[in-house]
Amino acid sequence: MTSTTTAPPARSASRQIAESVTVRFCGDSGDGMQLAGTQFTNTSSIFGNDVATLPDFPAEIRAPAGSIPGVSGFQINFSSRDIHTPGDEVDALIAMNPAALVSNFKDVRPGGLVVVNEDAFKQSNFDKAHLATNPLDDDTLQGFRVYRVPMEKLTAEAAGAFGLTTKAVNRCKNFFALGIVCWLYERPLEPIERWIGQKMGKNPAIADANTAALKAGWNYCDTVELFPHAYRVPKASIPPGVYRKITGNEATAMGLATAARLAGKQLFYGSYPITPASTILEELAALMHLGVKTFQAEDEIAAIASAIGAAFAGSVAATGTSGPGLALKSEAVGLAVMTELPLVIVNVQRGGPSTGLPTKTEQADYFQALYGRNGECPVAVLAASTPADCFTLAMEATRLAVEYMTPVILLTDGYLANGSEPWSVPKIADLPRIKIEHPTSLNGDAHFMPYRRNKIGGRPWAIPGTEGLQHRIGGLEKQSVTGNVNYDPENHHEMIRQRQEKIERIAERIPEQTVEGVADADLLVASWGSTYGAITTAVERLVAQGKRVAHMHLRYLNPMPRNTGEIVRRYKRVIVPEMNMGQLLFKLRADYLVDAKGVNKVKGRPFLVSEIEAAINTALEELAS
Amino acid sequence: MKVEVPVEALKPTDFASDQEVRWCPGCGDYAILAQVKKVLPKLGIPRRNLVFVSGIGCSSRFPYYVETYGFHSIHGRAMAIASGVKVARPELNVWVVTGDGDGLSIGGNHLIHAIRRNIDMTVLLFNNRIYGLTKGQYSPTSELGKRTKTSPKGVLDFPLHPISIAIGAEASFVARTIDRDLNHMGAVLERAAQHRGTSFVEIYQNCNIFNDGAYSYATEKDTKPDTVVVLEHGKPLVFGKDKKKGIRLNCTDPEIVELGEGITEDDLLFHDERAPEPSLAYLLSRMHYPHFPEPIGVFRAVERPCYEDTLADLVADVPPPSDDDKELNALFNRGDTWEVKD
Repeated sequence: MTSTTTAPPARSASRQIAESVTVRFCGDSGDGMQLAGTQFTNTSSIFGNDVATLPDFPAEIRAPAGSIPGVSGFQINFSSRDIHTPGDEVDALIAMNPAALVSNFKDVRPGGLVVVNEDAFKQSNFDKAHLATNPLDDDTLQGFRVYRVPMEKLTAEAAGAFGLTTKAVNRCKNFFALGIVCWLYERPLEPIERWIGQKMGKNPAIADANTAALKAGWNYCDTVELFPHAYRVPKASIPPGVYRKITGNEATAMGLATAARLAGKQLFYGSYPITPASTILEELAALMHLGVKTFQAEDEIAAIASAIGAAFAGSVAATGTSGPGLALKSEAVGLAVMTELPLVIVNVQRGGPSTGLPTKTEQADYFQALYGRNGECPVAVLAASTPADCFTLAMEATRLAVEYMTPVILLTDGYLANGSEPWSVPKIADLPRIKIEHPTSLNGDAHFMPYRRNKIGGRPWAIPGTEGLQHRIGGLEKQSVTGNVNYDPENHHEMIRQRQEKIERIAERIPEQTVEGVADADLLVASWGSTYGAITTAVERLVAQGKRVAHMHLRYLNPMPRNTGEIVRRYKRVIVPEMNMGQLLFKLRADYLVDAKGVNKVKGRPFLVSEIEAAINTALEELAS
Repeated sequence: MKVEVPVEALKPTDFASDQEVRWCPGCGDYAILAQVKKVLPKLGIPRRNLVFVSGIGCSSRFPYYVETYGFHSIHGRAMAIASGVKVARPELNVWVVTGDGDGLSIGGNHLIHAIRRNIDMTVLLFNNRIYGLTKGQYSPTSELGKRTKTSPKGVLDFPLHPISIAIGAEASFVARTIDRDLNHMGAVLERAAQHRGTSFVEIYQNCNIFNDGAYSYATEKDTKPDTVVVLEHGKPLVFGKDKKKGIRLNCTDPEIVELGEGITEDDLLFHDERAPEPSLAYLLSRMHYPHFPEPIGVFRAVERPCYEDTLADLVADVPPPSDDDKELNALFNRGDTWEVKD
């Protein structure tokens, strides 16, 4: 449904204009904060703002209610200009209980708003959050503008009239909180009401109760004049077109499905549930009507093995996982390299090593993607930079896989996977077409030659069912051209070389690397993956202040674009911010012999714009002295 | 240019690939390969639609030796790769060749899960109770106490019984045969190939280098009649040189009885491979030498939907690519959209 919506005017309050606002909802993981945040994002997108979001939820599904490990948060930045991050500092925090308040208030800017559900501030919850005193009564919140709202009591009054249990009524309080924030920022309620109608329509009492809670929150602000001002964030100037909100995992799933569809092929997606990649499997499982076959395998190894089998059989095949799962798949990745079958492997990176931080983001699997296998085992590696970029690169990964007959690893991460941004809905005619050809004849050979290479180094993808092209492949070394098992030393060296060259030559068919910012500056910021937003914002701000800094963001990590070396050697200083201990840094230094410096943060959270700005300023000062 | 051989004219020799067979002379694998090549022409399936998948081990070299599509994969993963082949292309006829180490040790998880999904493929598990390719370590089916290179004081861990595992995983077709019993093997393989669903066949296979004579009790003329009982659907379990011995159920346990002196065939256990519950098949799978004759033949053959068929019924065909693909446009525009105008 396409709609244009205007916000209801707040009757009683004066209004201030804000360019950009960051709001964070936080509460117990059972309090519906992700839902409130998602709905606030939708209504802001529909209103016409640019948005970026950061959900932050615990690894435990339901840690003890009221405890700090059970706190779940959702942050959204909405703006009248083009934004790239969910925001550094929080302008308004909505805290549903003491644990949520104490674990989040430090991110609020000085003078920012803190709206609390006062009903939850009681001794039992202080105990659960290990608080000696009520943080509303001591000096914890000094310097913030604190608003106490008895949300549970008010929700009960508004939503109690529909015959629901007390517990069910209380669960509507997230919509009450949402109503408050919608008033505060003049967000339209209709998209939320419409969503409630669609999702809860089967149970009218629940739908009515939530709608009532939402409106009650809005009306409460209006009636009691809770805030001195409402804030207006004008619509952003966005290129014309139809938009929707998209998360990285939705985009990845759609990109894979679209690539296969436009190749006229079934997509086979073999996967095993793992945080934060599972929603790709969930999304694709719902696309049977598009010709998508999902296979929930018994483990990570079977997930990739089934996809390899499907690729052998002629499907566009993919598997998706997170770091620990990629570790389990690594032997099978090697098999796909040896058998030269097309396969897309999505790694939604999370905090590692081992089980690590399952729900937190990190970009420490670049080395794993490049090198995490036995033998000389090159694969192509791509990395998405924004949630919407996951769509583009999932399609691109598929193109490279089938053109070059190779596994392609697509790196995303938890921040991209769960974060969202507006996505310009594409026209099918504008999307790249992936052409797949299967040989149907022997071309003059006595037997089919599965390793006779084409001009770009790929091999013919002959599939079962093709008469006369019966052949055998496997993980043992292949004889060049015939594909027969072969242990000859010269042949092994030659095949190692051929496989390496095939991957290197991908650089011939990918775009050249671009540089943003001040191209002829002395300082280059080199980056990859989800740091794109924070670094782009930092560079834009500093360039606007007249600082001279350039930014190179890599989406092709192996091979890198053919002009990458020329770019990094051009600058007096190169800094490489990464959510790891310096993996791209290591590769740039090794490949191009540049004395680049790392800026490293491995905390399970994205870089703040201010952190990048500080790193750039430090580098500029060092250059100047 | 090779000319397509009509299906009805295919002979066993048409299924020989151009690769030299490299198993040790005297290996039981040769007999199995010969029987498979004999069975394939009987199935009425063109070579182009046959796919042989294997893992790692001596048995897993099998796909190189048959003139079909073949995939010699990595250790333990044949079942998972074959599952992908079959789920992607249900019209293909898929075979898996595996061994006791490949299928039950490193690949045990994939074996049970492929079986539980009842993916239509014929699984041949060559059980020689030893690791051959790595030169003589004990396997998960090696007998307790067996001395091998890695069990100098004898194997300490209890063996798995492949048939029991397959039945426990809800297999719809389970059979056992012996490399030396060519006619029996041929008949079992043909039935396995014709069954729709996962057909699991354990083949007692002699490794004459590292575990020679592991099954001599079941293959030698003088002992075989007393150590093997041939399962036939609807018939009593009779064995012994003069067919004078039988298996009777005593409460829930099998016992060996002599026919005559008041005991007739009617008192014996009658085999029912189609029993909906697998209890009888499981009981038979627990009969082991030297306490019981070991059953060969079809333990269980029941009908159950195949995963790939059920899935294929749910998944739409992919139309030729089009700029006004309505389904794809609907996907792009799913949920709330908004329009930004000039």
